[in-house]
Amino acid sequence: MPPIRDVMPAFELFQPASVGDALGVLDRHGADAWVMAGGMDTFDWLKDRIKRPKVVVDLGMVEELRGIKDAAGGLEIGAMTTLTTVAHNPLVKERFPLLAEAALIVASPQIRNQGTVGGNVSQDARCWYYRAGWPCYRAGGNICYADTPTAINREHAIFNADRCVAVNPSDTAPALIALDAEFVIKRGSAERVVPAREFFVGPGIDITRLTVLQPGDLLTAIRIPATWAGKAHYFEKVRDRQVWDFALVNIAASLNMSGTTISDARMVVNGVAAEPYRLDAVEAAIKGKPRDKATADLAADLAVQGAVPLQHNAYKIPLVKALVKRAIRGEAEWATS
Amino acid sequence: MSPDGMTGAPGLQPGHSRRNFIKGVIAAGATVSASSYLFRTTIMGQNDGMAGAVERLITLDVNGQQRRVDVLKNETLAMTLRYKLGLTGTKLGCDRSECGACTVLVDDVPRYACSVLTHSVRGKKVQSIEGLAAPDGTLHPVQQAVVDGQGFQCAFCMPGFVMATVGYLKTNPSPTRAELAHGISGNLCRCADYNKILDCMMVAADKSRGA
Repeated sequence: MPPIRDVMPAFELFQPASVGDALGVLDRHGADAWVMAGGMDTFDWLKDRIKRPKVVVDLGMVEELRGIKDAAGGLEIGAMTTLTTVAHNPLVKERFPLLAEAALIVASPQIRNQGTVGGNVSQDARCWYYRAGWPCYRAGGNICYADTPTAINREHAIFNADRCVAVNPSDTAPALIALDAEFVIKRGSAERVVPAREFFVGPGIDITRLTVLQPGDLLTAIRIPATWAGKAHYFEKVRDRQVWDFALVNIAASLNMSGTTISDARMVVNGVAAEPYRLDAVEAAIKGKPRDKATADLAADLAVQGAVPLQHNAYKIPLVKALVKRAIRGEAEWATS
Repeated sequence: MSPDGMTGAPGLQPGHSRRNFIKGVIAAGATVSASSYLFRTTIMGQNDGMAGAVERLITLDVNGQQRRVDVLKNETLAMTLRYKLGLTGTKLGCDRSECGACTVLVDDVPRYACSVLTHSVRGKKVQSIEGLAAPDGTLHPVQQAVVDGQGFQCAFCMPGFVMATVGYLKTNPSPTRAELAHGISGNLCRCADYNKILDCMMVAADKSRGA
């Protein structure tokens, strides 16, 4: 779609200065309100006239949503903390380098300077049929344009597709799941804490959104427990070009080593399903095994069981296998990042 | 459409120079601002008095000057700088956070002005390419390095690259070439002059340190 050069369609703008005020505005405007964090996902939707919210609630003035603080050996990260801050924060780098590495290779420097960790996990799907405004399942229609014989679906799902074949594009989401993070969501005067894995939903649960966030909900913080602080980790993102691009596939792994064997593990890949895809079978199978070739081969085969490729994305199956092997063996082949 | 987005702009007649047209737009902007000020109560009446509601008439800190300007709620910083304040050194390439031509500094941090709501920079310091040189006209070391090294071919992307470099050098004054390449990787050059640009910007880093 060629860029539209004039200003975005008009909306009412609110810039609350506190979480309380933000929740008040959201409560009052319900489904008409659009929550904007850094705006890096928002502006495309608005400029392309695909989504036209009546009310935009810009969280940029809510200072209490920014910052990283110690929480019993773990960390609590405000949802509006920028990706640049997360990537360079000494506490994050010391305890959870997995998250720092994931945040550092999102998009471009300017986008990381403005984009937030809350926005990165809450961003919408990148399927271009959906983003171009086609009336697909995810947009409330009853067809998928990406899963047809002539569709371009090189970037789409290989796991758990259900009518919609879009994938979750986030880099920090798999890292946070691999760290057993919890997401704090406020609504009115209520607060609930959702495990990272349950924050994301597939089309079987709700085909029109990628997360549990409903109108009126506000993601305020991400809590990472001390569990995986200082443990072995692996993160890698494969993309077509080394700046701006979303992952074709990324992988985040936390490994707790007992001597030379793996005593516990978390392994999550993204870019392959509508929600970050946790490799439960791999995690179970590699317990008590060393980080060697035999374990890696076993894990790679387990990881892709049940994969169903589309016309143009079968390459993701060997790609997932390769990344799982590298995560287990710890052979980083870093691209410039 | 022309790179600066002027083609097809209303009121642009053959024979009128681009500069005069821009002056006209600035004058019109000033008129709009003035009338908004006169009818301030009406403007306020548009808000429903809720916490977080915004005023259209705001004061921005741009290049060290306080600029009073009437800003739409859906207006981006790039639009305000170019078409309300006449600071056309900030270029609009993609308008989608994908090229970096509109890079400016907000509180010393490089940001894509096409993807910043002007209302969100209230109370912050905005610096565009026009604000880099000293008041006596002495160029910023990064600008001087670009002039000396002639690192750009068409130079449409140049203001964005310069601002991204100035911002990055504030966080890492002595980068390696690879670090600098990563630091300013959020800017594209369609002439693909990247090596020459990096040559210039490495010299710029030296000049900025006073080396």
